[in-house]
Amino acid sequence: MELQEYFRLVFTDYTLRTITLGTAILGAICGMLGSFAVLRKQSLLGDAISHAALPGIAIAFLITGTKETNVLLLGALISGLIGAFWIRGITRNTHLKSDTALGLILSLFFGFGMLLLTFIQKQPNANQSGLDKFLFGQAATLLARDVWFMAIVTGVCLIILILFWKEFKLLLFDADYTKTLGFNTKFIDILITSFIVLAIVLGLQTVGVVLMSAMLLAPAAAARQWTNSLSVMVILAAIFGALAGVVGTGISASQDNLSTGPVIVLVAAVFVVVSFIFSPSRGLLFRQIRFIQNRKDLQLHKTLAFMYDIAKTHEDKSHPHAIKILNNFHGFTRKSLQKLESKNYIELDGQMWSMTQNGYHFAANLYNQQLSTNND
Amino acid sequence: MENKKLAVSVDDLTVAYNYKPVLWDIDLAIPEGVLMAIVGPNGAGKSTLIKSILGIINPIAGSISIYGKPYDEQRKLVAYVPQKGSVDWDFPTTALDVVKMGTYGSLGWIKRPRQKEKKAALEALEKVGMLAFKDRQISQLSGGQQQRIFLARALVQNASIYFMDEPFQGVDATTEIAIINILKELRKSGKTVIVVHHDLQTVPEYFDWVTFLNVKKIATGPVKDIFNDDNLTKTYGINYKVSVQQ
Repeated sequence: MELQEYFRLVFTDYTLRTITLGTAILGAICGMLGSFAVLRKQSLLGDAISHAALPGIAIAFLITGTKETNVLLLGALISGLIGAFWIRGITRNTHLKSDTALGLILSLFFGFGMLLLTFIQKQPNANQSGLDKFLFGQAATLLARDVWFMAIVTGVCLIILILFWKEFKLLLFDADYTKTLGFNTKFIDILITSFIVLAIVLGLQTVGVVLMSAMLLAPAAAARQWTNSLSVMVILAAIFGALAGVVGTGISASQDNLSTGPVIVLVAAVFVVVSFIFSPSRGLLFRQIRFIQNRKDLQLHKTLAFMYDIAKTHEDKSHPHAIKILNNFHGFTRKSLQKLESKNYIELDGQMWSMTQNGYHFAANLYNQQLSTNND
Repeated sequence: MENKKLAVSVDDLTVAYNYKPVLWDIDLAIPEGVLMAIVGPNGAGKSTLIKSILGIINPIAGSISIYGKPYDEQRKLVAYVPQKGSVDWDFPTTALDVVKMGTYGSLGWIKRPRQKEKKAALEALEKVGMLAFKDRQISQLSGGQQQRIFLARALVQNASIYFMDEPFQGVDATTEIAIINILKELRKSGKTVIVVHHDLQTVPEYFDWVTFLNVKKIATGPVKDIFNDDNLTKTYGINYKVSVQQ
């Protein structure tokens, strides 16, 4: 199937439309909440929580014997929440740093989950296979019902986000200060963490335990590059996430046997790479260009300042001088002199140069300008 | 001074992070209208004292009252300037937005800042000389400018008591003078200002009240009465001579 055909089918084919909508919504909610995780420097929290959800899935299956997605995800939610609040408890009550707590919970819960999965596979029950889809996700299993559920959760999350926007922002920036203003920081904290857990659990079916954290982090990390405003960042992250979902589903549907989850994650990673390189203010490319440009300007200005020192000793500021006398100052080239001329700072005449009014004035203020640009 | 109202009183305050106490049995009575420095060596518990008064840290024992009532009932009378290094200045927001955060407390849950709050924030920015930088992303401000933004955020709270944690740390001379002038102005208008301070040389010049702290309270009172070699030696443990002329 070609990509164009995919986009035609999205509007006609029921299954494909369901899956595309599902991954788009998932991308959006993950991008939104991922922004908070990234700004709280809890990027790995998502990873730990998604891994912590695995034993919940297995236990839910062992208890109920059903493979009903909602039941399994409820199990995932519970064990994900337990993992998340254990991490919180460990960092609060022990000397361990959060990265240690995250790593500990991640491997502990994941190990336990894998153990249970192999145990389940050994059981004489025909119903057992298929649980491993939660490891890497299987978007094809998304049903309209699942998508509706995702949409409702996203809607609720959006309302909460808008209502408590001010409080979220304050807590993200300065938690201690938030407390002194009389806000219940524990409540806000639990609210944010719970929603992050919820988003992760929603994504398990599609993207899987292992790759889920990328869904949270990649859109947010990409969005951060383009803006210095929290609201724009959250909106952009949601858009990037949704786009990654749609494009990823498109690619995987148009190429046979490409697993959807990994493709979505790779598309999101492309957003990140592009953002890191091409963002105008923070991107590597423009930063390097600005750096080189500034250095060149400084070199030119240095030459001009040297000329200024010579010219100011003369009554006539535009008195011509031999280029030769610049020789004891290394750093000018024929090209740099021509550049100064093109900027109308100096005039060149054969082997002679002279300063223009304009150039003299500019050079006289150079040092002051340098100061003022440093200050503001 | 005896019949003046007490702005803050601390009774039997003891704080410990693990086993070792950080603050031991602190009694403190801060009269209204003073500009007070808290001095002491590193690890003396200066920041912890402020944070305990503000309810950020839960003490093991002791009680705190602001104008005779518990902090929870009086928090609108109190403003706080945390240490500059306590937040991530790469956070995606502008100077004006940070100052607006000072109005969040009086707004309460859910309600958004509007024109009135914006106006107050702009006024505070002007007071600290940062109005021209209102739309600047906060990571692009210098250390001194960031400190002024924090000060403006506290000014917006329009409180009676100001707690500041090392507001002069890492700022240049211009900013230091600008900040101390604002603090003196606050005192002049009857506010109480409590500052964790490191530079002993400037204590007599900047402050009229001082508390010496080193896990225990060593002394508290007017600078002219108690800022002497004896108390400095007791606090810092070395034979300290005041090298400044008063």
